[in-house]
Amino acid sequence: MENKIETQELKYTAKDFASDQDVRWCPGCGDYSILAQVQRTFPDIGIKKENIVWVSGIGCSSRFPYYMSTYGFHGIHGRAPAIASGLKIAHPELSVWVATGDGDLMSIGGNHFIHTCRKNVDLKILMFNNRIYGLTKGQYSPTSEKGKVTKSTPYGSVDYPFNPTSLALGSDASFVARTIDREPKHMQEMIRKAAEHKGTAFIEIYQNCNIFNDGAYLHLTEKDVKLDNVLTLEHGKPMIYGKERDKGIKLDGFRPISVNLNDGKHSVADLLVHDETDQNSIRAFIIAHMTDHPGLPTPIGIFRRILKPTYDQGITDQINHIIEKKGKGDLEAVLFSGNTWEVK
Amino acid sequence: MAKEIQKKVLDLEEVTVRFAGDSGDGIQLTGSQFSDTTAFVGNDLNTLPDYPAEIRAPAGTLYGVSGFQLHFSSVDIHTPGDTPDVLVAMNPAALKINLKDLKSGGIIIANQDSFDPKNLKLAGFDSNPLEDDSLNGFKVFSVRITSLTTEALKDTPLSNKEITRSKNFFALGLMYWLFNRPLDPTLSWINTKFKKQPDIADANTKALKAGYYFGEQTEIFTARYSVKPAELPAGTYKNISGNEATAIGFVAASQLCGLPLFLGSYPITPASDILHFLSAYKNFGVKTFQAEDEIAGIASAIGAAFGGSLAITTTSGPGLALKTEATGLAVMTELPIVIVDVQRGGPSTGLPTKTEQADLLQAMYGRNGEAPVVVLAASTPSDCFFMAIEASKIALKYMLPVILLTDGYIANGSEPWRIPHVDELPRFEKSYYNNPEDFQPYRRDENLARPWAVPGTPGLEHRIGGLEKANISGNVSYDPDNHDFMCRLRAEKVAKVVNDIPDIVVDGPEKGELLVMGWGGTRGSITEAVTKARKAGLIVSQIHLKYLNPMPKNLGEVLSNFNKILIPELNLGQLATLIRKEFLRDVIQLNKLKGLPFKSAEIQNKISEILGGNNGK
Repeated sequence: MENKIETQELKYTAKDFASDQDVRWCPGCGDYSILAQVQRTFPDIGIKKENIVWVSGIGCSSRFPYYMSTYGFHGIHGRAPAIASGLKIAHPELSVWVATGDGDLMSIGGNHFIHTCRKNVDLKILMFNNRIYGLTKGQYSPTSEKGKVTKSTPYGSVDYPFNPTSLALGSDASFVARTIDREPKHMQEMIRKAAEHKGTAFIEIYQNCNIFNDGAYLHLTEKDVKLDNVLTLEHGKPMIYGKERDKGIKLDGFRPISVNLNDGKHSVADLLVHDETDQNSIRAFIIAHMTDHPGLPTPIGIFRRILKPTYDQGITDQINHIIEKKGKGDLEAVLFSGNTWEVK
Repeated sequence: MAKEIQKKVLDLEEVTVRFAGDSGDGIQLTGSQFSDTTAFVGNDLNTLPDYPAEIRAPAGTLYGVSGFQLHFSSVDIHTPGDTPDVLVAMNPAALKINLKDLKSGGIIIANQDSFDPKNLKLAGFDSNPLEDDSLNGFKVFSVRITSLTTEALKDTPLSNKEITRSKNFFALGLMYWLFNRPLDPTLSWINTKFKKQPDIADANTKALKAGYYFGEQTEIFTARYSVKPAELPAGTYKNISGNEATAIGFVAASQLCGLPLFLGSYPITPASDILHFLSAYKNFGVKTFQAEDEIAGIASAIGAAFGGSLAITTTSGPGLALKTEATGLAVMTELPIVIVDVQRGGPSTGLPTKTEQADLLQAMYGRNGEAPVVVLAASTPSDCFFMAIEASKIALKYMLPVILLTDGYIANGSEPWRIPHVDELPRFEKSYYNNPEDFQPYRRDENLARPWAVPGTPGLEHRIGGLEKANISGNVSYDPDNHDFMCRLRAEKVAKVVNDIPDIVVDGPEKGELLVMGWGGTRGSITEAVTKARKAGLIVSQIHLKYLNPMPKNLGEVLSNFNKILIPELNLGQLATLIRKEFLRDVIQLNKLKGLPFKSAEIQNKISEILGGNNGK
């Protein structure tokens, strides 16, 4: 029996996914866009409201479930993937989504994250990455850039940040993507693709915290510069970017380099062609590594999307197989099994 | 072959045997085989496996000694025995460590081959105790167990190392002969266990038989012993350990209430066996999730409980500490989970393989905020089965987390269990809520339980979490009055569980000078001590607590009927603290923290001391 989430044509609108609770994020927060894109996309994914569950941890991002009219579980700091895994394994017909942040998932919940990816539990994880601890009022996070001045690092952070997509790929996640709060259409597409994917789907969403880390992604979102700084990954297409679409990414050994397509030395044929379905994650890893790399664009889109059996399916299959082999468990027989003896 | 020598058979009422050797000598296996066979012939029995935390400590060292004590009898017994009558010492270190416990005049069966200069030195013997006078007060039988095993297996294709490994079966065979037990149960176990390694099965079979025949043929042993079957209530029995009983108890609970069982767990000594057993019950639909850590163990269980499973997590003390925050989440979200803590010596990593009862206060209070949970404790290996069912029943009925305490002693120890038939077990109902009309996630029934609305149910979509809940609606609430109200309500719900708890029944006079009160795994030692004290003419009563929070309704009244209350516990007075707080009664403490259960004599002496007698010795 396949662990199947029932899908059908449903007549929902975005409004049907809004709960009766007032949204309490700060005005101007990037989280509003994420909520809007999820509510806009969900009518299309064909899953009944009652079969959807949003699970979260702690942080601004983790208030997300309260604002969706689906089932929701606001957990404790970092543990959302573990709570969601238990729910999904116990109840595989549910479509289980995780809303989390860079502190919640990369720091206190790092262990649960890598193991969820490794096991390929069929969860959809949306990580709102604002590169700051917002709800605790502005400490640097595991994705903050080195040297960042915050309340807890008044002289600048001496830490190195995680690149979440690299971490996900390194944990062998079967679906890894990135999008930006200011790119609603792109985000909707990523959410839709994640919904379609069977297995752990991780979407890193660059999200602006206009209170504690305003402008963290300006170079990726401002009209005049973003096209030169962002590479939008498209399956089967060469990696071209730039305002004039005059730049491309080429591999020099294992190193990605940016080349000018108008310099007379390079052509589109030289460029790396994106294959998100490559079973081998090495190229996806190389692409992820371009993130925040001087002289290279930051990639958004799907880095990797491969199919492999899910953990929850494995558990279901094993149970069915053993029941087929041994028959359904008989409690009386188990109680009286082993070396027994009679006392008259 | 030499002609059979006629040997006399002496009847004994009870015997305590201790097997001891290197942690790689297969001592635990030998002990558990002897236990199973002993159970099979109908003796009452009680066991105490006692092994080091190291898997294969360097051979011959004192700290590498593994022991297995077994008390068997033709009468009702409750403990693994205070002092062994027989010590099987596979090497000098085993002798050194265990000799002090041996009854004077007791029997020592020593593997003579291992008493070589190197091992003697490792054990700290200046001269060979088998050859000097130091063991004069004992009956010593030196047997060349290693060379006799090698001789018996000379035709096998196995390597020398593998052959030597069978020597524990030789020792077991010899003990079977000495105590007049059949070989069949172990022979059939060998055949199943080593089905895919016929050479090893064959070697172990030969070694076992060689040991048995050696007893019969040799002139060293002039007598053998017999312990008649115990008079137990009629029924079908098997020998069961606490961890196995706990596992089967949860399978039974799942079947009795018709809900799927989910276990989220992280390996930890001495609780891992519950995970092992439950992982094998796939055909009952049991889902086991070996999580990445203790926190994920309980977090996944909470997720599964939200999804409508009978969800449990199993651990030991350090793991319970890690589950603290998530336990509070289960309190707040009012989801039914059972947390099993197989207590071991603490604090910190402590004594991982040894027993203790020092997690009681952690179970009671170890959470942030006002976060009361129901706390139960199993009292014997087989009682774990019933308490697992009881814990599940309470968690589901009241929608709350329940902590079930067992301990290393009852978890690894075993006893004969009169197996109940399924139809003797209490069935209990638990249904999901499914009425979408005016659904309120935190509206309560007469037990104060909130509705269990499981994802997948149309019209009941709702959000819960760790933030304070508004009464009835379950929405997030920071209202001061609501928080005050909800904290009291959650406490009241736990207190209400008292209605499902049986009154405490006093064993012995209901009024008097002294009441001995225990909880959890000390039941056997206390019962034996009280029985012996009574035989010595003392008047003493006994109660044993299995419900720690809430405590039975009539407990205060029972306590008020005695002038003195003695509480023996394997900690520094945790139940004593609770009793003083709850009933403003002072109590006499008897505390032990040696990683071992009480010897009944230790408690009996205390009883005599309190009652002014000296007949407890």
